[in-house]
Amino acid sequence: MSDGLHLSVRQHAPIPLDATLHCAPGEVLALVGPSGSGKTTLLRSIAGLHQSVQGRIECNGVVWFDSQSRLCMPTRQRRVGMVFQQFALFPHLSALDNVAAAMLELPAGERRLRARRWLARMHLQGLEERLPRELSGGQQQRVAVARALAREPQILLLDEPFSAVDRATRETLYHELAELREELRMPVILVTHDLDEATLLADRMCMLDHGSILQTATPDELLRAPASAAVARMLGMRNLFAGILLRHEQECSVLSWQERELRIARQSHMVPGDAVMWAVPGTGVMLLGSQSTQQQALDNAVPVQVTRILALGEQLRVMLLCGGDTLTMSVPRHVARRHALAEGQTLQVRLRGELIHLMPHTQAQP
Amino acid sequence: MDWTALLLSLELSLWTMLILLPIGIWSGRRLAWTPVRGKSLLEALVALPLVVPPTVLGFYLLVAMGAGSPFGRAWEAVFGQQLTFSFAGLLIASVIFNLPFAIQPMQRAFEAIAPEVREAGRCCGMSPWQILLRIELPLAWPGILSALVLTFAHTLGEFGVVLMVGGSIPGETRTIAIAIYDRVQAFDNEAAGLMSAVLLGISLAAISLSYLATSRLQTRQAHV
Repeated sequence: MSDGLHLSVRQHAPIPLDATLHCAPGEVLALVGPSGSGKTTLLRSIAGLHQSVQGRIECNGVVWFDSQSRLCMPTRQRRVGMVFQQFALFPHLSALDNVAAAMLELPAGERRLRARRWLARMHLQGLEERLPRELSGGQQQRVAVARALAREPQILLLDEPFSAVDRATRETLYHELAELREELRMPVILVTHDLDEATLLADRMCMLDHGSILQTATPDELLRAPASAAVARMLGMRNLFAGILLRHEQECSVLSWQERELRIARQSHMVPGDAVMWAVPGTGVMLLGSQSTQQQALDNAVPVQVTRILALGEQLRVMLLCGGDTLTMSVPRHVARRHALAEGQTLQVRLRGELIHLMPHTQAQP
Repeated sequence: MDWTALLLSLELSLWTMLILLPIGIWSGRRLAWTPVRGKSLLEALVALPLVVPPTVLGFYLLVAMGAGSPFGRAWEAVFGQQLTFSFAGLLIASVIFNLPFAIQPMQRAFEAIAPEVREAGRCCGMSPWQILLRIELPLAWPGILSALVLTFAHTLGEFGVVLMVGGSIPGETRTIAIAIYDRVQAFDNEAAGLMSAVLLGISLAAISLSYLATSRLQTRQAHV
């Protein structure tokens, strides 16, 4: 088996889990899902803080857990670096002693020297003697990362490490982690419910729901081609509708939606005549006559009525009623002004067929 | 002033404290963290000496340790002397009626430690002993100190249980609380007053120390 982490776990209670995943050295794998989806339990299983009923966990060729041979290596022997959600620093120890506490097997002098080096690397010079409560959230997070790495772990586990700091600090920490990961030659597992965070930091994302992995792919692949409507919903895709795939043509497929035909990128894996779910990103809905892009072969003109305009910074989110469905379009402020967009207005938009993605039909509507 | 009685009381308090230290830490941790079946019942049992009248508790201990009981007989067979009306019997009784004073503050102190902090210790490669010594005890020490002080002060002043189980044998079971009672019975109010003042002073010092420790714990929790 190749290096990195190989995990396969199953259990029914207390939280149902059925997951198989691999994370290569140097790769950042994000476990993404709503609360209760089992992502933290999965992370805790890797650390040995939670024992699944069945399964096998192996890291760099060493078996950490195997239910068949009843092997369960204690957490302290697993060499995991873990950053907890609330950092879990030892409140009675200074920043330096917190980091040194991860290297108890070394002589005292040596571990303080190394701890000092780790803190310097995390830009915490001069704060060595401070207690955790005397540090800001961002500084505490850096101490926690330093402590996790000081152990020279086989794997780095991050449990929503950015949720306890403010937005500005988070941005800085994202950059630091992005820099740090260039140097780390170990698998990194990041648990988060923040999609932006996951797409920014992860090489691959693992979408979890009710303890099961729905899809594992790069952020680009996921956004372009979610495997199911559930994944599309988790990714926050607003334009998700039911339709019927009519036929495949030479260059394209044809989809029926709201009694009109949409020409879309050819997706021959779907069977003509089947009910399908289809999704298009916000960038795939454009104002007709917009100068910004050239007309494409797979553009579909659709008449709509503007029902709502929401201002979100530089962009406007425009809700458009088409039949019984509501399309969502993202438009730069100046474009909206040029087209004099207003609520109640009827106009034509084009749906960019090359960005429309088909998925198997599910009963639940978005 | 009955110095022998005072020394005996101090000795009894000290031994009770020392015996209850590991018992309190062990039970406090278990009650705080381990999901135990019938936890409420266990907690109620531990708290029982707080509400049962000392004479009632003393009576049951007297029966349980007396020469007629299996435990009393076994003790006599091994050590060659009866358990009731001896220092050893008094010490066993003292440990039992002090259980809530030792266990409850320690349990609260351990409960105040976030589970993730202990898990972080495991992830740092620490053994259970290292986690206990480096993380748990330093964090829980104000609660542990508070428990010890309460136990000490409570043993020093206990009257009912001591009288029932130990009687009033000078140098063996006559503690300072019993001595005060004896002096009052003999209309020696001067000696009783002096001993009461000494007991009051020691108890006040002990309880002040306990409150100081508790407030330190609370300050720390407010910051964590």
